[in-house]
Amino acid sequence: MIMWFAGLILLIVKLAVVLGFLLFLAAYLVWVERKFLARLQIRYGPNRAGRYGLLQPIADTVKMLTKEDTIPDGADKGLFCLAPAVVAMTAMLMFAVVPFGPELSVFGRKVPLVITDLNIGLLFVFALSSLGVYGVALGGWASNSKYSLLGGIRGAAQMISYELALGLSLVPIVMLARSFSVVDIVQAQERYPFILVQPVAFVIFMISAMAESKRIPFDLPEAENELVAGFHTEYSGIRFGLFFLGEYVHMQVLGALVAVLFLGGWRGPFLPPPVWLFIKIILVVLFMIWTRGTLPRLRYDQLMTLGWKMLIPLALLNIVVTGAVVLF
Amino acid sequence: MKSLVEAAKALAEGFATTFNHLFRRPVTEEYPEVHRVLPARTRARIVLTLDPDGEERCVACYLCSAVCPVSCISMQSAEKEDGRRYASWFRINFARCIYCGLCEEACPTSAIQLTPYFETCERDILRLVYEKEDLLVQHQGKDKEYNFYKVAGVVTRLAGKGEHAREEKPVNVKTNLP
Repeated sequence: MIMWFAGLILLIVKLAVVLGFLLFLAAYLVWVERKFLARLQIRYGPNRAGRYGLLQPIADTVKMLTKEDTIPDGADKGLFCLAPAVVAMTAMLMFAVVPFGPELSVFGRKVPLVITDLNIGLLFVFALSSLGVYGVALGGWASNSKYSLLGGIRGAAQMISYELALGLSLVPIVMLARSFSVVDIVQAQERYPFILVQPVAFVIFMISAMAESKRIPFDLPEAENELVAGFHTEYSGIRFGLFFLGEYVHMQVLGALVAVLFLGGWRGPFLPPPVWLFIKIILVVLFMIWTRGTLPRLRYDQLMTLGWKMLIPLALLNIVVTGAVVLF
Repeated sequence: MKSLVEAAKALAEGFATTFNHLFRRPVTEEYPEVHRVLPARTRARIVLTLDPDGEERCVACYLCSAVCPVSCISMQSAEKEDGRRYASWFRINFARCIYCGLCEEACPTSAIQLTPYFETCERDILRLVYEKEDLLVQHQGKDKEYNFYKVAGVVTRLAGKGEHAREEKPVNVKTNLP
């Protein structure tokens, strides 16, 4: 009984730490993105709230919490309220399978530094990222606005095409690690990170991940110059904040996935494992912001062509080649 | 294959360009700390100027009030003992003013002028209604020399051309001939 309670408390502590860190980092990623993007465009970025604008995320949060929360007439109230929660929740749940260190020993007990080591961790991630599409599509539909609807439709179409490439690009990783468990995949990268043997899969995964997180150059669902703000046009206040939070948590999760699947996860010399994972996540996220500052948005048909005619065949070819290499 | 190489090259070029911009100095002017010197003809806060003799230029002709597209200028004309007009009160509602500068263009005496000073915001909107004493300034503004009474140049019931009080004799334009 005591052991059971100890396990429960340990789980709650882990959840609190990871969730707190995730949310804190999401808030400060907004700051990082605004600063970094500003420097790419030879501006200063936020620098009024506190030193270097470091209090900006707090000011933004207070602003969003105190704004009027409107639900448009004719909106489907239930779905309208549910959609932002779906986006934020699925993004946060995905982090449950990401390991941030090797097993620790505390008071003779083994403490795995991961919230839950599912033996089908990768499938869990894909299932949740597919569920996240519901938030976008339903939010767009429930708003009862043409811009939102178009954004939602685009979101759904885009995710269907990129989900496939995302999944297929990881099949070679699973073949190499011989496991769907994310912990085992990190374990398998003991000697070298998988980016060295799977550069093609890495490129496909990066592109699909950016499309999955709806960021420039794949931000068609929100395309502000055509669709106002796409699927979240009608949202205000903290509901909009939840969409925003979901987007930034999603960025972190994808950064973490790239780190775990291709860059060796928490492995690295000198520094403690969670710090290495953090550094790798930040590097991937910075690359995504850099991309945002560089590339223009793709057209709808270009997006589809890239997904169906290039990434998916390439991923399939990669699977065949890897399979042949593993077999012989 | 060739197009693929070209695409990769173009991508790399774009990423390199943005990366180089990281190390450039931002071009932003940080406003409350840095006050940029605005051009002299910038249109902002309106003033009423004096002529070089130190008297009010405004003759309350209502042209500025008439031309104002948002009707933010109002006044009341009155006469002094010597029969010349002035504005007994003059009011500009800066809450409505769009700083188009049409009043300045319409003014026959260069009395009403726009200045580059723009930091006039207030918490209370009624404080943006400026009366004549708020508008009057003790200088000639952009038009230093102009003294319209000296060059009025019209014949009236009282006197002929160049014979009114403080009026200069008409210039004989032919003296300028070679």
